[in-house]
Amino acid sequence: MLKLEKRPQPSQAWTYLTPLLAVILTMIAGGILFAFLGKDPVQAIKTIFWDPLFSEFAFYYRPQLLVKGAPLVLIAIGLSLGFRAGIWNIGAEGQYIIGALCGAGVGLAFYPIEAWYIFPLMVIAGALGGWAWAMIPAILKVRFGTNEILVSLMLVYVAEQLLASMSLGLLKNPQGFGFPGSRNLNDYASANSWIDQSVGLHWGVVAGFIAVIFAYILLNRHMLGFHIRLTGEAPRAARFAGVNPTRLILICLGAAGALAGLAGLFEVAGPSGQVSIDFNAGYGFTAIIVAFLGRLHPVGILLAGALMALTYIGGDIAQSNMGLPSAAIQLFQGMLLFFLLTVDVLTNYRIRLSQREVA
Amino acid sequence: MTGTLLSIRGLTKAYPGVVANNDVSFDIGVGEVHALLGENGAGKSTLVKMIYGLVKPDSGEMELHHLPFAPAEPSAARAAGVAMVFQHFSLFEALNVAENIALGMENPPKMGDLAARIRAVSDLYGLPLDPDRIVGDLSAGERQRVEIIRCLLQDPKLLIMDEPTSVLTPQEVDILFETLRKLSAEGTAILYISHKLEEIRTLCDNATILRLGQVVGTCIPRDSTAREMAEMMVGSSLHVPERSSGDIGPVRLQLNNLSAASSSEFGTTLKNISLEVHTGEVLGLGGVAGNGQDELLAVLSGETLTAAGAVVLDGQPIGNMGPVARRKLGLLTAPEERLGHAAAPDMSLTENALLTGAERQDLENRGFLKWGRAKEFAEEIIARFDVRTPGPGNAARALSGGNLQKFVIGREVLQRPEVLVVNQPTWGVDAAAAASIRQALLDLAAGGAAVVVISQDLDELMEISDRFGALNEGRLSDIRTAKGLTVDEIGLMMGGAHGMEVAHV
Repeated sequence: MLKLEKRPQPSQAWTYLTPLLAVILTMIAGGILFAFLGKDPVQAIKTIFWDPLFSEFAFYYRPQLLVKGAPLVLIAIGLSLGFRAGIWNIGAEGQYIIGALCGAGVGLAFYPIEAWYIFPLMVIAGALGGWAWAMIPAILKVRFGTNEILVSLMLVYVAEQLLASMSLGLLKNPQGFGFPGSRNLNDYASANSWIDQSVGLHWGVVAGFIAVIFAYILLNRHMLGFHIRLTGEAPRAARFAGVNPTRLILICLGAAGALAGLAGLFEVAGPSGQVSIDFNAGYGFTAIIVAFLGRLHPVGILLAGALMALTYIGGDIAQSNMGLPSAAIQLFQGMLLFFLLTVDVLTNYRIRLSQREVA
Repeated sequence: MTGTLLSIRGLTKAYPGVVANNDVSFDIGVGEVHALLGENGAGKSTLVKMIYGLVKPDSGEMELHHLPFAPAEPSAARAAGVAMVFQHFSLFEALNVAENIALGMENPPKMGDLAARIRAVSDLYGLPLDPDRIVGDLSAGERQRVEIIRCLLQDPKLLIMDEPTSVLTPQEVDILFETLRKLSAEGTAILYISHKLEEIRTLCDNATILRLGQVVGTCIPRDSTAREMAEMMVGSSLHVPERSSGDIGPVRLQLNNLSAASSSEFGTTLKNISLEVHTGEVLGLGGVAGNGQDELLAVLSGETLTAAGAVVLDGQPIGNMGPVARRKLGLLTAPEERLGHAAAPDMSLTENALLTGAERQDLENRGFLKWGRAKEFAEEIIARFDVRTPGPGNAARALSGGNLQKFVIGREVLQRPEVLVVNQPTWGVDAAAAASIRQALLDLAAGGAAVVVISQDLDELMEISDRFGALNEGRLSDIRTAKGLTVDEIGLMMGGAHGMEVAHV
């Protein structure tokens, strides 16, 4: 009989091993799933994890890794701060949209002036937009005790409606022959986030790396980071230590919102190029998986973001080359989180084989 | 006393890393009141859990009425006539007494019949209890009666009681003992677990003494002195703290008509509390659990804010300051609940040292943490307070309760507080460690600090307090010089017995 036995303290080794184990289990279960769909499982797994990096066309896919990974890492870093403190911002997708709308709005307002200050202003507007959108659940929670999970999630759908309204109305390209969507910022040099498009490098990638370093220092070397971790581990002890919960909620939700807003801005000013109805691709939700897969640790999030970007790209390839349905790829990503949470038990418990004693 | 009821032969139970019980043997006679005596961690709880079917022994056997007895689960033990009253009650506060009792029964009778039976049993054994009252409104003593009556309704042959008096006023203890004697006279055996020696001397017929999982002696408590039993329990001579009677200096901490609502629904509201603590003084605050102790600590630590003037430290109003500002000024506190309140369970001892030590021990520089110094501070606490742990990198939850308590108290004491407030400083700590904690508190007072000790252990308060007061339903009694107080006077200060009047039928 299998028995779970609580460890005296969390296992250090398993903390690092569980994400790997989860990836392996996902590959196995995903393979079985693909087999049921009538596809060669080995080929499918290879297409998802290997081809983007090492196939004949990898030169095309590798830059995509940075493009897809940057928003995931940027958003996940912000979310992880809140998650560490037990503050559950599920609405990064909405903050991402609003950040993109505000940033693109500022850029488009200057069109067609070319000036060095336009892009920095857009960055600030993007961060502020995401921050403000996150402040809605934050202030409602602090003032009225509402549940930030519900409020932030519902605001995603409000943001989506705003996005649709903007791409059909205020931000619509006046020279777009009536098609929905804004001007393409890729054609507007001063409002463009690309550094080197050929390798997939844009300012969002730089911001992602900066966020990782900043979050690492915050969590490991700074009192605020200590208070964030303490609040998540033991809320009463945090109160006793002198943590102001209101302040912490505002900081954590605000930081997550600002980073998600930045991710949106960099996306709209670079890879996407324009505000359109289907601008948001679910990065805000996938980042939740990235945050957990990365153990809410900045370096872990960097690695998890890269892995998740890989499944995005590999999924696209599998979709076009092997005809795997896109839902199967999303299921595959979902499985990753599912298996991670399952094997997480091993960090705090050990499995023991025990014989049932005969009474 | 006619014959043996329960016979225990060579019971052994090992957990990973520790042998909780090693070859334990003793007998309990019919109608005997048998004491199981030992320090915390001596293996008393494991032993009674085996008798009650909660834990399965690795080896050894038990006989009940000369028949093999190996309960696989508590319901089997109950069916065989073994009942147990736990130290921590398992009652639903929002339900009434009869409903709570019904929940614990296999086949509960109709509510009306049950209420009648509860009244009958409570009258018979002198345990006043109204079956219709909501448990959330009951005192700890009354809640314990609910548990006892729940057991008595099963008509047990053996009643196990785990530290029953730790939450009772002296008067309530008297009522309980009266009941237990009556039960014993009717032939019910009682296995009485405690480390309060005087109680055992007044109540018990025989005593088995455990140390480190082994039986180290038996005695007849009436014929032994408390000191003899204590020495068997501890294995070495007790270190009795010395009262160094320093001069009482100026007022350090002052509470002025302090009132504060509790943050939790079943908490206690503090009403009009005023007190003064002086340099060099230990003020002991007694009272039965749940009479405002936690709330008072929260008001002093800064977790609950009040009007500025309600709390005054060295002449400075601080009632509206948070915990960090208060620590900077020298008011330090140690809450009762170690895991989750005084310490974060999954964090290392170094991180837990940082938890309250950041300001006074200079562990941060403009928000940036000095981990090296934090580790040194943790190591200093571990060394000075004899905390048994492999090192400061260990998680707080890996420590035993007593060791963590030493760490928590040590963390505050070593920060050289101006005023230190502790709640239940030796709760769950073995006798030797408790003595050293008390000594540390006394040394602190002797060194010029003011110390407030909130505790439910009256012996402890009598031992270290200069002055004594008691909390009762959120109010503070008059504060009196501790020397010369009698048990009756203390009981009256604590508000007399709760529910002494017989319930109205």
